[in-house]
Amino acid sequence: MGAGHAHTLHHPGDSVVHRLPAHVKIVVAFVLVVAVVATPREAFWVFGAHLVLLVAIWVAARLPVTAIAARSVIEAPFVVLAVLLPFLAAGPRIEVLGLPLSVDGLLAGWNILVKGTLGVLVSITLGMTTPVRDLLAGLTRLRVPGMVTTIATLMVRYLEVIAAEARRMRLARVARGNDPRFLWQIGPTIRGVGTLFLRSYERGERVHLAMLARGYTGAMPLLGDTTAGRRTWTVALVPAVAAVLCATAGYA
Amino acid sequence: MSTEPVAMHMSDGIVDAPVSLAFGVVAILGLAVCIARARRDLDDRTAPLAGLVAAFVFAVQMLNFPVLPGVSGHLLGGALTAILVGPSVGALCVAIVLVLQALLFADGGLSALGTNITNMALIGTGVGFAVAVALRPLARRSRAGLLVTAFVAAWVNTLVASLGFVLEYALGGQGPALGTVLALMAGFHTLIGIGEGIITALTVGAVAAVRPDLVYLLRGPRPELTIREGATR
Repeated sequence: MGAGHAHTLHHPGDSVVHRLPAHVKIVVAFVLVVAVVATPREAFWVFGAHLVLLVAIWVAARLPVTAIAARSVIEAPFVVLAVLLPFLAAGPRIEVLGLPLSVDGLLAGWNILVKGTLGVLVSITLGMTTPVRDLLAGLTRLRVPGMVTTIATLMVRYLEVIAAEARRMRLARVARGNDPRFLWQIGPTIRGVGTLFLRSYERGERVHLAMLARGYTGAMPLLGDTTAGRRTWTVALVPAVAAVLCATAGYA
Repeated sequence: MSTEPVAMHMSDGIVDAPVSLAFGVVAILGLAVCIARARRDLDDRTAPLAGLVAAFVFAVQMLNFPVLPGVSGHLLGGALTAILVGPSVGALCVAIVLVLQALLFADGGLSALGTNITNMALIGTGVGFAVAVALRPLARRSRAGLLVTAFVAAWVNTLVASLGFVLEYALGGQGPALGTVLALMAGFHTLIGIGEGIITALTVGAVAAVRPDLVYLLRGPRPELTIREGATR
């Protein structure tokens, strides 16, 4: 869910995983997730193998499991969906603890639950071991157009400013006794959102002028050029290849 | 604790791998078109303005508002950004927000990025803007007309984006009963769209009251620069 992103996932460290170039980690994360999603849902042991792989990466990166668990609650809405499916789905039913559940629904719920969870865990691992700045530089190295990464860089840089402005406006409203409980009491909040847009847009105009004054020509200079040699790729791709092999074994 | 009814960021495993990859390609092609058109709208101001608008979208999505006691929601902002900054810049901003939410906050699955971008950035923003353009004569007539236009655009945007999900689910869904999913999604989003519509309408109204020149929907074609003779003394 998109609400309440207070701070990014990054968990500073100096492990092998932390030191890998960001673009390598992004590629590995995507391969891992696609391998998880491509795994057939009846191949239960393969999901265990994927989890073992992830745990191995956490050990290598020295990430605290409690922090990972705390951050994976973001997936909660989909757990609800997964729990509901066995009740909603049609088809043959079996008795579980006295409840008639649909077999197909159980499998579908399990499928969303396990793949969603593993996917979130992969994303969290990537986010915890890679600082935001490196992620953006990694996207540039992966041939994402410079325009997109520049927009993303500026967005990340000003997000805190805009979010803090939104918090101050909320605080000012609350201090004046504003306590909306229903949708039709939303007026003051919305005028705040309108103001927030104007301030963001006008700040964008000022940032543009400031960038021009500092010699901006339409492209950002790439700082801290980190390339990855064949050795780095080989090491980093081991878990990705392992996950793909597990997924293919699941079809056998 | 408040629950979140606006769960539109799909996680991994809702649709299968081939469909996820296919929609990844759709998302990349769509965004390439958006980048080209955004450059035409904003030229060298594109990066800073789109960056700040994206930060605004992100911040607004952090802002929870009450729907019913104990249930809160947050704005998706597709139609809102389309009306304020145009469909191309809007879609680009929403897409970048989605990518960063997936990479930095693990919000929305990596393999579902293509489907999420297609639904919320491309379909949502595009359809929202198309509706707004169709109603533009009404929006130009009066303030009430503008509010109605924004409401309808946001409501249609929300509903159609959810139907995008249903389409992807029909193509590569990992669960049963397409009819149930269609009914659930359409039903929920008909209601969610009302909230999104009210907020979009009031926000557009608040901006138009102060800086109507910033509302993309109300802007006419940019006047050509003409050199006039006869002004010399």
